Amino acid sequence: MRLLYFAWVREKTGIGTEEVELPREVTTIAELMTWQKTRGPEFAHAFERSEFIRAAIDKTHVRPNALIGAAREIAFFPPVTGG
Amino acid sequence: MIRVQEDDFDIGAEIAKLKSGRTDIGAIVTFTGTMRDSSHGQTLDTMTLEHYPGMTEAELARIESEADARWNLQACLITHRYGRLKPGDNIVLVITASEHRAPAFRAAEFLMDYLKSHAPFWKSESGPDGERWVEAETSDEAALSRWDDDKDAAE
Repeated sequence: MRLLYFAWVREKTGIGTEEVELPREVTTIAELMTWQKTRGPEFAHAFERSEFIRAAIDKTHVRPNALIGAAREIAFFPPVTGG
Repeated sequence: MIRVQEDDFDIGAEIAKLKSGRTDIGAIVTFTGTMRDSSHGQTLDTMTLEHYPGMTEAELARIESEADARWNLQACLITHRYGRLKPGDNIVLVITASEHRAPAFRAAEFLMDYLKSHAPFWKSESGPDGERWVEAETSDEAALSRWDDDKDAAE
């Protein structure tokens, strides 16, 4: 599973992209965010206020209750600010 | 058509390209977003736009096809820049073309509303007071609700 981080989520985790093996009990985006908080101080800090973090599965916006299923790529980022 | 690029764009040249060889178009609307020299009372020197390559293009294409389905546009261009910009620089260009003006005006506004809340871009502003990530405006999300009612599409 590839995980990507953008903007301040990337700055706080200290990485832009990584390959990880998810624990079997992690089945939704919300569960993945909870798991992220257990991965050391940087991740705990980045995902501290996870209600401000948005997610995409395979480059499509999803809500926290979305199932991870056979996703290849999951991205975490703040609300977008383009335009 | 979708373009995500670091380089600047030339609005006149883009309109000319879009019109080239065509005589069926009756209305062309353009929106250009440019960088201001201040934000929330703070002076800005530069702005850096980060994006999610691949998803950006996919989202913009989805938004464009949604606008096309609603207003049956004759032509459409969305160009968005990324990288480091300075005050006065172009950020985004939307061009819509239709037989009459109403669909072109509405589609351009729709595209910008959806782009601002869906396209994965993030702005970081830098000035004498330091650098900070721009926070999303709740008004951008609220602006979408006016498109929930589909009645415009029939015009």
